Formats: sequence, C-alpha cells, structure tokens
Amino acid sequence: MAQSDNTADAPAKVNAARRLVLATVPLAVAAVIGLFLYRGLSLDPGQIPSALINKPAPDFSLSAVQGRELGLDTEDLKGEVSLVNVFASWCVACRAEHPLFTELGRQGVVTIHGLNYKDRPKDAAEWLDRYGDPYTRTGADVDGRVGIEFGVYGVPETFVVDKNGVIVEKIIGPVTPHILKEKLLPLIAELKR
Amino acid sequence: MSAEIGQFALVLALCVAVVQATLPQIGAARGNVAWMALAKPAAVMQFALVAISFAALTEAYLVSDFSVLNVAQNSHSAKPLLYKISGVWGNHEGSLLLWILILTLFGAAVALFGDNLPPGLSARVLAVQALIGIGFLLFVLLTSNPFARLDPAPLDGNGLNPLLQDPGLAIHPPFLYLGYVGLSVTFSFAVAALIEGRIDPAWARWVRPWTLAAWAFLTAGIALGSYWAYYELGWGGWWFWDPVENASFMPWLAATALLHSAIVVEKRDALKSWTILLAIVAFSLSLLGTFLVRSGVLNSVHAFATDPTRGVFILGFLLLVIGGSLTLYAVRAPALKPGGLFAPISREGGLILNNLLLSTACATVLLGTLYPLFLDALTGQKVSVGPPYFNGTFIPLMVPLVAAVAIGPMLAWKRGDLAGALGRLKAAAVLTAIAVGLAWWLLADGPILALLGVALVVWLGVGALVEFAGRLKLGRISAADSWRRAVNLPRAVYGMTLAHLGVAAMVLGITVSETWQTEVQQIVRPGDRVAVSDYEFTFEGAENLPGPNYMSLVGTFTVTRGGEPVTVLQPETRSYPNPPMQTTEAAIRTTLGGDLYAVIGEPDGNGGYAVRLYDKPLVGWIWLGSLMMMLGGFVSLTDRRHRVGAPARARVPADGALAGAGD
Repeated sequence: MAQSDNTADAPAKVNAARRLVLATVPLAVAAVIGLFLYRGLSLDPGQIPSALINKPAPDFSLSAVQGRELGLDTEDLKGEVSLVNVFASWCVACRAEHPLFTELGRQGVVTIHGLNYKDRPKDAAEWLDRYGDPYTRTGADVDGRVGIEFGVYGVPETFVVDKNGVIVEKIIGPVTPHILKEKLLPLIAELKR
Repeated sequence: MSAEIGQFALVLALCVAVVQATLPQIGAARGNVAWMALAKPAAVMQFALVAISFAALTEAYLVSDFSVLNVAQNSHSAKPLLYKISGVWGNHEGSLLLWILILTLFGAAVALFGDNLPPGLSARVLAVQALIGIGFLLFVLLTSNPFARLDPAPLDGNGLNPLLQDPGLAIHPPFLYLGYVGLSVTFSFAVAALIEGRIDPAWARWVRPWTLAAWAFLTAGIALGSYWAYYELGWGGWWFWDPVENASFMPWLAATALLHSAIVVEKRDALKSWTILLAIVAFSLSLLGTFLVRSGVLNSVHAFATDPTRGVFILGFLLLVIGGSLTLYAVRAPALKPGGLFAPISREGGLILNNLLLSTACATVLLGTLYPLFLDALTGQKVSVGPPYFNGTFIPLMVPLVAAVAIGPMLAWKRGDLAGALGRLKAAAVLTAIAVGLAWWLLADGPILALLGVALVVWLGVGALVEFAGRLKLGRISAADSWRRAVNLPRAVYGMTLAHLGVAAMVLGITVSETWQTEVQQIVRPGDRVAVSDYEFTFEGAENLPGPNYMSLVGTFTVTRGGEPVTVLQPETRSYPNPPMQTTEAAIRTTLGGDLYAVIGEPDGNGGYAVRLYDKPLVGWIWLGSLMMMLGGFVSLTDRRHRVGAPARARVPADGALAGAGD
C-alpha cells in the first residue's frame, strides 16, 4: 500500500513499474468478471429440471421406510400414473405441503410414492406416523444416492411419472394448493386419459 | 396526459445531462470559467426535470390511470393509498426512475452545497455525475419506459405483489437507493480527482460527508430489508445470504472500508491510491447489484421481471463506467505521490487492517454470490451457494475485525503503542473473561462460536466506552473539566463511539438470539397449550377476517409466563386476490429482552393449524445495533469539519490528546 516507496532513482523506476502493474489488477479482475456476466446473460439459472423431463426414471431400488411394507423401485413406477414426492423429516417445507398430499391420497386421485431423502429411519417413521402417510410405496434413500440420480437439489420436490415410467414434470419446492389445482391435477387427468 | 409530460421531462433531462457531462469537463480542462459554471444550474435543472417526471408517474398511480401500462401491471384500484405510492417503485421501470431521481438529487445537492469546492473539481464532479445520469436515462428511455401507454385500457390493474404491500418495504427501496446512489457522488469525486491528478487531505474532507451519508442510508436500507424478511417471510430468520441481499451488502462493506481509509487520507495524506480504488469499487458494486437483480443472471427470490435486452444494456453500461474508471485508475494511480510514513503499529496500521479484513470479506461475498454463475459458465453445472459457505468464510474475517475495533482508536497516528493500548483495555479484558466464564457455565457444552460472540461483545462494548472515557480523562481530572472536554469533543468522536457500540450491540443480538433461541413447530387446536422456553402459549382459535384488499386468517395466542399474562399475539395469513398470493404476517412482541414470535399456517382440515412459535432473546438488538451505526454516521456528519459551507479549518496537529481523535 502507500507506504515508503520513494528512496533512490533505480529502485524508484522498479517501483514505478510495479505500481503500474498493481494498478492494472483491478481492471483485469473486473474484465474477467465482466466476461462471465456476459456469458451469464445467455444462461438460465432456473433451467435445472430439464435434464430428466421426458426421460425414463433412473434405475433404482430402495427398501421401505422403517415400519412400512412396500419398498420402491423403477418397475413400481410403471403401469400407472404416479407422483414421487421427495420428503424428509428435517424439511420444514415438506410439512407445509404434506396436508395436501394426505388429502390427495385420501381422495385416491393418484398414486403417491414417497422418496425419503437423507433421513434417519426412525425420524422418518415417526414423522409419517405423526403427520399422516399418504404414500402407497416408500423408498428410504438414506445416503441420498437415488436422490442424486433423480437430480434432487432441494427438498421437497415432486415428480410426475406417466404410465410408462417416464418423468413428465417436476415441481421444485412445496406444492401449494394453487400449483396442485392449476398444474398437477390437470396434468394427471391428461396423463390418465 | 401526465404520462406524456413525464416522458418529455425525461427526454429533456437527458439533453441537460449531455450538456452537463461535456461542457464543464472541457471547460475545466481549458480553464474556461463560463463553461465550468454551466455545471451547477444544469445539475439543478436535471433534478427538476426528473422530479417532474417522477411526479407524473406518481400521479398516474394515485389516480389509477390504467391506460399507462406500468400502472395497469403493478397497481389496482382497491389498493390502499400508501401502496399506490410505493407501487411507483415496486417494479423495474419505476424503481429505475426513483434511482435516477435520487441520482440527480445528489447531483443537485453537490451543486447547491458545494460552494467550498474549487470550481474545477466541482465542474468535473458534476460532469461525471451527469455521465452516470445519461446512462440511466438512456436505459429507461430505450428499454424500460414507465410511461408506455396501453390501448384499450383495462378496467382494473394486476395489483402489486402482496409481499411488497408492507410499510417496511414501502420505504426500504428509497433508503437503499439513497445509499447506492450516494456512492455515485464518491465515485464522481474519485474520477474527477484522477482526471485532475491531485488527491490531498482537502479532497478527502470534501468526499467524507457524502461517503458518510451514503453509508448511513445504506445501513438503514439493509437493516430495513432484513427486518422485513424477519417479520414477513415468517421463518424467523433475518439474513439469508440471498444474491440480492449480497448485492446490497457488498457495497456496504466497501463503503465501510472507504469510510475508514478516507480518514487516513484526510489526516495523514496516505493511502490515497487505495482510497480512490475503494471509491470506484464501492459504486461499481452498487451497479453490479443492479445488474444482478435485473438481468436474471442469478436465481433470487427478489428478482425483478427480467429481460435479456435490459441485461445487455446494463452490462454495456457497466463496461463503460467500471471499465472506464478502472482504466483511468490504471493510468493515473501510479503517478499519485505516496504520503506520510507510518509504523505498522499505529492508527494508520489499524485502519489498514480494518480495510484488509473488510475488503477480503467483500471479496468472499462476491465470490460466493457469483460462484454459481462461474461454474455454470465453465462446466454447465448448477449449484447454489448458501449460508454454510458464507458463514464459514465471513465470520472468521469478522472476528478479528471486531476484536481490533476496540484497539484501533487507542493507537496514535504514525507510531502507536500497542502495549499501552492493551494496558488501557485491561478492564475490558477482565470483564470479557468474566462474561465468557459466565456464558460457559450457562451453556454447559454450548457452541464455541457463542462464547466467542459473547467475548467480542464485551471486549468491544467496554473497549469503546473506555476509549471514550479516556478522551474525557474521566476520573483523572475533575468532573467539571471532563464535562468541558465532553462538550468540546468533535461530533465525529461521538459518531464513532456510537457506531462502534452499535457493532457490539449487533453482535450481541446475533450471538444471543442464535444461541438461546427456542423454536416450536406443531399443529395446534383451539385450547391447546404450548410451552416455548419459559412461556406458555395458549391457542384461542383462528378466524377469517376481511382486510382492505385481502382475506385474513387471524390466529390468537395468549401468552403467559409463570401464570402471569404477558401478551396476546395475533399472527395472520393473508390471501390476496390480485394477484393471487398468500403472505404471512408474523405476530411479534418486541422488547429489549427479546422477541416472542408467532406464525400461523394452513389449517390441517381437522380443526388444527400448523404454527411456528419462537422465543428469540435479544434479537431486536440486531436492528438496534444497525440503528446505532446509522445514527453514528449522521452524528459524525454534523461534525463541524464536515458541515457543508463551513470554512475549512486549519488542520489540527495529529498527536494532541484530542486532536485527530479518529472519527
């Protein structure tokens, strides 16, 4: 910084060169950031879910959440339209959306499977006992491997899978009554036809 | 009709800005007094024209003129008056117009109150200010016209995003912009100084009030935004490291560093090149924030409706402003004469440490904010960078900073006596040790960070008071003499002490509320009792009530403690029809001792409601601390030396007991 830089002539020249280089550093840094920002304009940060849409669900096989009978694997997703709801007992937003799924399950509108993501078996079981279990099948993805296959990056997420086991739609974040009514229910009705 | 007036006024303002940006600059280069003198009336005129334009848009909102596209998209006839007004800046176009209004307001203020500036510098500053104005005026006129008409006009408007229909958020943007845009003045001063090739203590003295004002407003704006998130988003949190929050936080960090380094320029004629760079960087970060919020480059809950052409325009503008100023810096800065010498242990050394830590912190926030973009651009991977990164990098930088704040002001200029300073802090050290012991005992095996937080609070709080008492020679001379010293102490000293105590108050709030918070989430039915720490919340029930432009689900909790009634909390969930959306209104009972916080959520269909209840001890101190920091800034602003128009006093000798007492 602006400390003692001025002594004799020869070092002064070296110092002058060094100061010039130093003074250019901010410009260089700004230029690099600017290039990235320019590149960023043509990227869409929200375009994450596209990777799996219209692709078959990944191969996986999971045992059920503690205390439940039916596990979940790829074959289970074939044959009927279903929702795969990624949930966890530690996820607050899951609790927010959960009443919607219990209601949906009670009405029998669509088969709902639960993918329990990075959860302790006991916590997950207690959570389902407490808040209701709308799931036909559950899969305990304790280490989150299957979640990675599904491209889960936040909980909750909800996948819509058609009769052929192909992922048709993905909802990131809690499903709200609005999303359910405007998006999910019409889509399910259409897929079932 | 008013929309057209607004549009014409903007075009005229652009013409005036072009004149203001060119002729005075040329005049200053050639010593043409008449051309230089153009700058002041032009700056005032530009402000008047933009004010007319802003008034025109406000009028369109007030009378709900839905033939104006912007009004139709963002307002609704049933909206309360306050939100019709705040709706003016609750959208991209209108907020830009507010930005320009404040930009030209600052320009006019420099013109009207800058009588003590040399005419050349004044002309150059105003010319640079006008260049920025041209950029934003063009941006509005070419890509984001708020006055575009809609034919046929709809019967009613779309309404304002309900999250924004809140008194706190109505005034948050103006404060934030006063801060962001206030930094434009410092920027203009820096560029003008680079063009002139002369930076001296007088320059620093002229710049400081503007930096102080911008910093204080920015502090207020960020604190308001954080408080809004606290009560409106309903998660009990107050800072999320969201890209848009970071966008306002980075200029604040840079401005805080600038505020301190400018002192060194003013008192010791050193750190000049660095200070200029900080002034450029602080405003550049403000502009970068604008770009991030409006271009859609990053994911954020706050993002405005985005549009690629706008992104390209702002980026081009950034290129000119930031690239241009940094190029000028690269050419001119090496020629700046280094100033006074000083030992590493000295007031200057302390302020350099402050600057190093603050700018490193700023760089880590910048890196974390832009990292998802870097990774996406290089590898196509999508990630989000969240609190673990920011807490992990930011807190370790803030700990030594806060610890050093207690010591720095006790060091003398040029060559300080660290042992002496630490000796004077003996009381602080003892009290810190006692407090940590107490906290350890209370917490048993609590987090180490909490102990560290407690230690910092006591160390800084007591340190700042000891330092202040030292200036009064409290106890060493008679009380009357101490009083006389207190009266004569520069306001800047009061400002500094207040702001530093504010930092301590804020750390206290953060530490205690994070460590000792109690959170309960469950489903309750009417009559249920819930224990939250040593309070008992009784859920009395919930009912649906109509609001002015929404339906509200209002829950009622009576809170008791040891059988004694404490308060009644009525959290709400509001459902807005225009546009359809739900907002949570947390019910908060705030006292100095802490907040009781209740949120009511969806009914579960069986007569129960999902609720979240918190006891957050001392959380209000976070904002109390911010308020103290802001007030410290304004108190310092009233210091005689900064008083605009006051004749510049001869510099006081640097080593006297009072003199140079660092602001």
